Amino acid sequence: MANLTKADIEHLAHLSRLELTDAEKDLYAHQLSAVLEYMEILNEVNTDGVEPTAQVTGLQDVYREDVVHDCPKDSREEIVALFPDAEGAALKVPAALIHNKAASMAEDDDDEKDFT
Amino acid sequence: MNLQNLTISAVEKGLRQKDFSCAELVAAYLARINERNQDLNAFITVAEKSAAEEALAVDRKIAVGEKLQPLEGVPFAVKDTLCTHGIRTTAAAKILDNFIPPYDATVIGKIRDNGGIVIGKNNCDAFGHGASNENSDYGPVKNPHDPAKVSGGSSGGSAAAVAADLCAYAIGEDTGGSIREPAAFCGVVGLKVSYGRTSRYGCMPMASSLDTVGPLTKTVEDAAAVMEVIAGVDQYDATTLPEAVPNYRDELKKGIDGLRIGLPREYFAEGLNEEVKSCVMKAVAACEQAGATVEEVSLRHTKYAIATYYIVVPCEDSSNMARYDGLRFGARVTNGDSNDLLRVYTQSRASGLPAEVKRRIMIGAYALSHGYYDAYYLKAQKVRTLIKQDFENVFEKVDALITPTYPGLPFGIGELVDNPLAMYLADVLTVPANLAGVPALSVPCGKVGTLPVGAQIIGPRFKEDIILRIGRAMEREM
Repeated sequence: MANLTKADIEHLAHLSRLELTDAEKDLYAHQLSAVLEYMEILNEVNTDGVEPTAQVTGLQDVYREDVVHDCPKDSREEIVALFPDAEGAALKVPAALIHNKAASMAEDDDDEKDFT
Repeated sequence: MNLQNLTISAVEKGLRQKDFSCAELVAAYLARINERNQDLNAFITVAEKSAAEEALAVDRKIAVGEKLQPLEGVPFAVKDTLCTHGIRTTAAAKILDNFIPPYDATVIGKIRDNGGIVIGKNNCDAFGHGASNENSDYGPVKNPHDPAKVSGGSSGGSAAAVAADLCAYAIGEDTGGSIREPAAFCGVVGLKVSYGRTSRYGCMPMASSLDTVGPLTKTVEDAAAVMEVIAGVDQYDATTLPEAVPNYRDELKKGIDGLRIGLPREYFAEGLNEEVKSCVMKAVAACEQAGATVEEVSLRHTKYAIATYYIVVPCEDSSNMARYDGLRFGARVTNGDSNDLLRVYTQSRASGLPAEVKRRIMIGAYALSHGYYDAYYLKAQKVRTLIKQDFENVFEKVDALITPTYPGLPFGIGELVDNPLAMYLADVLTVPANLAGVPALSVPCGKVGTLPVGAQIIGPRFKEDIILRIGRAMEREM
């Protein structure tokens, strides 16, 4: 099942928000197929009735008091200084909602695609 | 005055006895970094100014006779995936080339609050992705014992810096062997703690259910000394546990007489270099000499650990890497319309993340996709349960396990870079401990030619004291 085509890589790259060159697409199709093929070794293991392990601490529902902690006084300035683009102390980003662009809607639909 | 090859205890003693000042000590490390780093490439950033200033503050305390805290005045290096307040932290990826964290990772904050001095930030595989330190946007780290060989990874710069005496010790991060494998390759001590023993807050996440923060040191006693400061519960990491932190250095005095040690046969199987095996068996004999008993045991799901690990990791990784999007911090890159959000994402990530990061994000996206989740991620989580149970069962019979840390000698720079799968297989003996959440220590156990070999000691969860005792005994007898 693990033979990724260039089209599969393009789809995964879109889901992953990565722009790839043609050479990268070919390379990753080859490399990722080899990795996924290796994973098939797990099919040898009988896991009927085995519970999955998502974490090993045994902790459940760790709470803490909902109180505000002080942060160092310069933190705000230090964080603002990291903004890639700013207007005053406000972070400037490209618009997330675009109205009249059918193309962006089509891309969103594409996210639903699966590999079956 | 000899300021070379000082252990943490020697630094602490020397400062207290005024054999040297903290300023002299920091200057000596900075001079060595200046001399060696161009070749080794172990540091991405050197904190010359802050280290020199902090040293003067320590000297002022000593001058007025104030008592020093544990690790106070001891210069240490930090893997560049751990945030250091005011000191550039790149994770060895271009996207964070200019990132100056507004806070310290909890572990780093604990040491700095005690007066520990950050001497610089270590090169590593970007975001911890790798076993050779070749997946760094700042170039590979050279092995101090042979510049044609890799340092190991991902905490390769940290291991090389400790081995070349460019710092007293280092703090690294281990998700599948990233402290132990480079420690073995560079001939230093490396401790991967139990999951939940140290805080992950401020450590750039890779696989959140596996990541651990721990020390790389020159001696086992030094690892114990660092653990006394960094271990414990943290309100900012809900996976840390409130168990009391032992006085690990006192624990070392107990020795290992009567301890039961298991040698898992799957770790000594086909593919193990004979010379590496003979070094590890000498370490085992040293433990017997110190009073431990040794028996063969089995962890039968070991052969499935790599496949399990390399599904769990990219799945968690691909989610964690989503934060590097060029929006709030890090480099924002667009060739064209900077108001096109999708382009900002795809181009910032394309130009700022190295190839291995891209591969992992895509493997994760694939394995978590509709129709594949059960076959990959859920299956891997179930096999993870079986691997964890193997350890629980074996620790009913023995107190700890000894294995090689790595099945061969350090490989050549460039040898595995074009074959990601072969690079993944390098983690074969180290990933099981991460999947099970148990602690593991790599201790130097000899050399083959000029190249160091590491023995790995694995213990039950939160039994760092036991594996440190065994490591100490090995060190002493060999």
